[in-house]
This record gives sequence, C-alpha cells and structure tokens, in this order.
Amino acid sequence: MDLLTDLAIILAKVIGLTFMVVLPLVPICVYFERRFSAIIQDRVGPNRVGIPLTLFGAKKDFHLFGLVQPMADGLKLFLKEDFTPSYVRKSFYWLAPALTVIPSLVTVCVVPFGSPITIGGEAHKLVIADLDVGPLFVFAVSSLTVYGITLAGWSSNSKYPFVGGVRSTAQMISYEIALGLSIIPLLLYYGDLNLSSIVEHQAAHGWLLLPFWGHTADYPLAEKLIFLVPAVIAFIIFTTSIFAETNRMPFDLPECETELVGGYHTEYSSMKFAMFFMGEYAAMVIGSALIVTLFLGGWSMGFGLDQALLKDDAGNWVWFSGLVHMGVFMTKLVAFILFFILVRWTVPRFRYDQLMRLGWVVFFEAALINVFLAAFVIAAPQLGWLSTIAGLVLLAVVTGALVWVLKTSDPKSPPNRGLLGQN
Amino acid sequence: MPLPLFWFFAILMLVGGLAVISLRNPVAAALSMVASFVGLAGLFIGLNAYLVGIIQILVYAGAIMVLFLFIIMLLDLKTEEKRAPKVVPVVGGLGIVLAFTIQLIGVLGKTPPKESEPLDLVAAATHQTGGIQETLKDDRLPDVNLVGDLMFTEYNLPLQIVGVLLLVATVGVVVLSKRQTA
Repeated sequence: MDLLTDLAIILAKVIGLTFMVVLPLVPICVYFERRFSAIIQDRVGPNRVGIPLTLFGAKKDFHLFGLVQPMADGLKLFLKEDFTPSYVRKSFYWLAPALTVIPSLVTVCVVPFGSPITIGGEAHKLVIADLDVGPLFVFAVSSLTVYGITLAGWSSNSKYPFVGGVRSTAQMISYEIALGLSIIPLLLYYGDLNLSSIVEHQAAHGWLLLPFWGHTADYPLAEKLIFLVPAVIAFIIFTTSIFAETNRMPFDLPECETELVGGYHTEYSSMKFAMFFMGEYAAMVIGSALIVTLFLGGWSMGFGLDQALLKDDAGNWVWFSGLVHMGVFMTKLVAFILFFILVRWTVPRFRYDQLMRLGWVVFFEAALINVFLAAFVIAAPQLGWLSTIAGLVLLAVVTGALVWVLKTSDPKSPPNRGLLGQN
Repeated sequence: MPLPLFWFFAILMLVGGLAVISLRNPVAAALSMVASFVGLAGLFIGLNAYLVGIIQILVYAGAIMVLFLFIIMLLDLKTEEKRAPKVVPVVGGLGIVLAFTIQLIGVLGKTPPKESEPLDLVAAATHQTGGIQETLKDDRLPDVNLVGDLMFTEYNLPLQIVGVLLLVATVGVVVLSKRQTA
C-alpha cells in the first residue's frame, strides 16, 4: 500500500472518529443533561425545538422530543457578540479556550471504538493510533488541559476567574496522582498498556468487573473473582478522580457559582465560552470512554456473545463485527455519561478542604494500598503459605497504620449549632 | 520518523527554547518551555522511545511546568518585565553555546556519514523471554516492558534507593511545612 492510501485512511479515521463521533456527542450530552436533570427535578425540560413545519404551512410542528435544541443552542452561541474586555491579557485570553479543547480531542486517538472492520479484504482497526502506551498517553495529554483553565483565570485579569483557575490547577494536579496510581492494579492484571489488547482480553476472558465467562486454565474463575476486590477499589478511585479531573459536580469548585460567579470563564462570552463548555464535555466523554474500556469491556458484548455470534469458523472477526462493536461501545458510553449526569444532579458540592483531603489523604493512600493488594493477589499462587500469611499480616498492618493516620489527622471541627449558635 | 515531522518537532523545540530566554513576560517564557518539551517529546516518540516521550509530557509539561506557572502567576509581573538584561550572563551564555557548537562540529566532522541499519526486532527476540519475546516477534518494540524488566531485575537496588530518597524528600517537605504553620 502506498503512502497516499495510508494517509487517506488515517485522515478518514481522524475525521470519522473525532469529528463525527465524539464531537457530536458533546451537544447530545448537553441535551441529555438538560432532559435528565429535568426528569430528576420533576420538570419537563427542553422538549419543543424540532423541525418547524408550521413555517412551511403545515398544521403542526414536528417536535422530535426537542432533539434539535442543541443545534439552536450552538447557533445562539455563534451569533452572540464576542466581547473581549479591555483589561484582559489578549494573547493568553485567546489561547486559553483552544488549550482546553484540543487536548481533550487529541486523547480520542487511542480509544478503541470497535474490533477491526474489514473493507475490501483488508482489516482496519477502529482506533486512530494503536499505541502501546495508551493509558499513559491519555494521562499525559489530558494533563495539558490544566494550562487552558489556568491561563483563562490568569489572563482575565480579574479576581474571581483567577481564584477559579488556581483552584482548578491544584485540584487537577492532586487528582492526577490518584488517577495514575489507581490503574496500576489493572496494568498488573492485563500485563499490557495497549488499550486494544486490553479490550480484546476482556472480550475473551470476561470484563474486569463482570468476569463470568471465558474461563481457561490460565484464567480460572477463582482468580478472577478474587481480583474483583482490588478491581472494584480501583474502579471507585478512578471514577471519582475522573469526576474531579473533568471539573464536574460534586467537584466543580473551579466554577462554583455561589463563590466565584462563573469561575475561570467569567470574562468569556460567545464561542470562546462555548469552547470551555465543549472542553468540559469532551473530557467527560473521553473519561467515560476510558472507564468503559478499562473496566467494563470496551466494545465487547460480553457473556461470550462475541465469540458465538461475530467470529467465523477460523476464529477471525466477521466483516461487519466492527460496526456491531462500535454500536455496543457507544451504548455503554452513553450509559456511563448518563451516570455522570445522574451524579451531578444528586450529589451536593464538596467544600474545598474536603476535596483536597479526599484526594491527598484518602485516595492517594487507598490507591497505594490497592497496588500492594493487587500485586499480592496476583503473586499469591506462586508464594508458599508462609509468605502468603506474612504478606497478609503486612497488608493488614500497613492498612491499619494508614487508617490510624487518617483518623488522627482529621481536623476537629466544632459541632454545628446552626446560624443561631454562631452569633 | 518521516523527515517533515522531524523538522517540525525540532523547530518547535528550538523556537520554544529560544523564546524561553528571549521573552520578557515570565508566563510567556514558561509556556514556551512547555512547547519546547512537547517538541522534545515528539522527537523521542519519533525515535520509537514512546515511554520516554510520554513521561516527558506527563512529568515535565503536565506537572512540573504547571507548578512553575502557578508560582509565576502569583508574582508581580510588572517588575519582572522591566528588568533589563545584564551583559555578563548573556556573554557567558553565548560563550558556552559557541564552545558546544565547535565541539559538535568537531565530533560530526570525524563521524563517517553512514546510515545506521534499523534494529532487527525479530532477531532480538531470541535474547528475550515471555511477553517481551512475543511482542518482538510481532515486529513491535515493547519499550515499556523492556524498561520495566531492566529496572526491576538488574537495577532493582538502585531503584529501591531512589524510592527511599524520594520518600525522605517527601517527609522533609511535610516536616518543614508543618513547622511553619505551628
């Protein structure tokens, strides 16, 4: 195959997966967010904007459940006045929104959307760049989003945005540590950093959090069930850290309205504001994609269905399996995004010191112990019974010591006597 | 690595590096340094050293420079921008650059212009075992696994010592910061 065809395939993948799958998910997420929050709060939500057939003389509009609402929102943001306050630092003020969106969209390139799709006898992987350092790449690139938010806060040259930017920097650095440490047990288990092979492993031997099929001599059921303990701990830490990394409720302190007006994007309007919005939602989509890929089997249908339905007799994927798997992946992705939205509208916002404490004192330590636990669980069959018991005792002692440190370091706050008691 | 990409990342790195020392605004200088790090990471990835490239972004661009920026933003930038460059450090810096360039020209002049052969990964697989061997047989370079394998077998003791060193530094920071608040 010559260079030109290669380039064409890469371009098709980039445009198809980034700009036609992930980017449209952003307005759809906004629509879901508004409708779902409306259901939670017993409201109706945006249900009217559809195809305005009455304009063309029909009797009734076709309202389409309000699905055209995101388009109307986007049009509104485009047509609004793009106002730049006179006191901002111009070049950084313009750079900041771009620096929030671009890293989020770049991370799309390592997410596997489906099994290889066969076109004209040639198998194409449904992933833009099949890197051998997938999760590390996502962490590295998404750690650059913090520049956008910090610069937005600083270049606005105004106090509330600045506090928002500083908060966000501190928060993102703190939770990156927990994020990175929490997936080490998974990497120990898979023995691979390539997201495609991680998903293929899960398709064959059961999802990490649901390992009830595909037992072989190398991967017996008992081992997988025992590994569920560190896996669930890792899942909780990872998911919560993703919430903090994407600045979503209950960790949206950088843009906390009651304290900071709008946070780092207070001075932004029109499409520049929309870029921050897009960055946040794109980060949410990528975060969900990563959780689904690492813990919930990625594109695999599970329950042994992949092997039974989509493989031919020779054990290769049939030509349309990529499309089916992409559908499965998108379903899981949307389900997880709905979970994100559900959490946002049910859990109240943390206080800033609680947030920092959770990140540094609870999650950091829990993730470290979890690494030890996972390594122990994996190594236990090779160890003798003496080493096993010694390891267990050591684990218990370390955990106990950390819990004790946690208890003693807890700042004693005076009992809350309400508003009257404080006067 | 295709040649255009090499030039792109190399120029990004060099322009970033020049901007770090020539821009008067400290925030702009810090951001140029980030650009330089990204260019360097691109070069590393072009050399198949994925892990080094990613760590370059993850540690330097994503964590250390964020802290730098954090501190710079809390300073009064007006006084920094007005500060005039002194002659002696500039001359000294240029002297070092000149010496380095002369040395580089000397070394390159003595190196015969020979293109190195690409690494034969399939042949290298015979020296390895386990998962690393399988990846090498697929004609892919498992650089993360190779680094990990070396670090935890041959260089295990130095790794442990570095770990203890970092722990000591962390404990020291905690002790110092606690003493100041009390």
